[in-house]
Amino acid sequence: MIEVEHLAKRYGGQTAVDDVSFRCEPGTITGFLGPNGAGKSTTMRMICGLTPPSAGSATVLETAYRELPNPGRHVGLLLDASAQHKGRTGEEVLILAAEVLAGERARVAELLDRVGLAGPAARKRVGAYSLGMRQRLGIARALLGEPSVLILDEPANGLDPEGIVWMRGLLRDFADRAGTVLLSSHLLREIEAVADDLVVIGGGKVVAPGRMEELLAATGVLVRALDPRALLRALDEVGLVGTPATGGGLLVDAPAEAVGRAAADADVVLLELRPADGAGLEELFLTLTAGETIGEVA
Amino acid sequence: MSAILEQRERPAGTTRPFEGPSIGRLVKVELRKMTDTRAGFWLLIATALVAAGTVTLILFAGDTDEKTLGGFFSPTVELTSVLLPVLGILAVTSEWSQRTALTTFTLVPRRERVIAAKVLAGVALSAVAVVVCLEAAVVGNVLAPLVGDADGSWSLGLERLGGLALYMTIGLMGGLAFGLALMSAALAIVLYFLLPTVFAVLAETISSFRGIADWLDLSTTLEPLADASMTSEGWAQLGTAVAVWVVLPFVIGLVRLRRTELA
Repeated sequence: MIEVEHLAKRYGGQTAVDDVSFRCEPGTITGFLGPNGAGKSTTMRMICGLTPPSAGSATVLETAYRELPNPGRHVGLLLDASAQHKGRTGEEVLILAAEVLAGERARVAELLDRVGLAGPAARKRVGAYSLGMRQRLGIARALLGEPSVLILDEPANGLDPEGIVWMRGLLRDFADRAGTVLLSSHLLREIEAVADDLVVIGGGKVVAPGRMEELLAATGVLVRALDPRALLRALDEVGLVGTPATGGGLLVDAPAEAVGRAAADADVVLLELRPADGAGLEELFLTLTAGETIGEVA
Repeated sequence: MSAILEQRERPAGTTRPFEGPSIGRLVKVELRKMTDTRAGFWLLIATALVAAGTVTLILFAGDTDEKTLGGFFSPTVELTSVLLPVLGILAVTSEWSQRTALTTFTLVPRRERVIAAKVLAGVALSAVAVVVCLEAAVVGNVLAPLVGDADGSWSLGLERLGGLALYMTIGLMGGLAFGLALMSAALAIVLYFLLPTVFAVLAETISSFRGIADWLDLSTTLEPLADASMTSEGWAQLGTAVAVWVVLPFVIGLVRLRRTELA
């Protein structure tokens, strides 16, 4: 379990994270979604005690991370796959971590095998690894201490499609065995495919927390008409608001029947009328991304 | 095999109480980290080569009365201790340049424990270096009579042995402290070697500076340790120099590390 309460981080006058609160329950995968620079990594670093928060607190397994006697035994971390000594071999990186964890050396070989880095790859220096291989090595190290919580920052970066599917399976399996997973990404589709819960963050603030299916369901219908302007007028007449969707058509936060009747009353020909299936979430996310890229510095 | 299967099937949600890693375990890890990279490995090889080179030089070019165990041993330690501080510097700064700090300090969030382990690993490594130097000196002293006239005395007081061990250790600790305070390998290496030289030049050229150098120049104050001529004033002078060049940067570095944000 991870509990984040009113976490905030300010750098000088700039606010990186602003009053962020959420919970990750055992047995679930929580997707932490936001555009680059939204405050995902800063929040994760505050959870792990790397960055002192300006305000608020975070606990893992009901304990502040820094107070865990042997944190690697409880929490598996992958914060930055490239933060590894380029001169060490993949195997050596895991052996060093296993030594700190007082773990068995046999697990190193087992995990190298599990993440697909067994054999010659294990004895190559990390400097010669691709980003995908570094991610795999990072995941192996996160799993080394048999943790009950996983915190992964953009673990899918650099993985090939096969690797992404593999990682989803691994995380699902981990959560199904009552593990807690917090996983960040800047790609909605990636999170959608694996997460149970979702925390959307933008500009340092949580903009949408909740169950994945609820967030996806709460976005109304997508409607497309032969004459979009006529449709807008028809909707307006019955007091409904249509917002343009990225793939064309309008998003309306209303039941399909209400939209259909409004169109029929105004003799508007509809080409499409269906549940939006998270298109609203995507809209929200794209708005965030657009807003962020303008004023973003770091 | 069955043990591995059991581990894999253990529910991920179960937690067991775990003790933190002992300081001994952390020292072992830090020692391994100091020696498992190319830089670390070659620095150790270079140290051994310098030791062998020094002994060879004395063997063929030294005076007869220099060819004793102590005569071989002291210069060997003095010369190898020029290289060892670099190992101390890299032990700390590589955590930043290679960004391993992220792993190191999330596995051991009490940052001062990691530094304590690095200090102890540094002491252990200094001891190993002293032993290597002693071995080289023994070989030199055995060969000396075969090469030419040699005193060949085997006497080596505890004072000299202890003094040289301390000499080596202070050097490495100085490197570690500079690395910790500056958190940059290049800056730490340059300043660590430049500052004493600047100091020595100042002492040479400005007469009023000479008195200060007796108390603050690390290499001058270390000298009596190497030739076993330590006096009580010498200890006070060495203590002062160590406080300025080792303890002070170490404390600054530790305070900085405890507060700093790791990324």
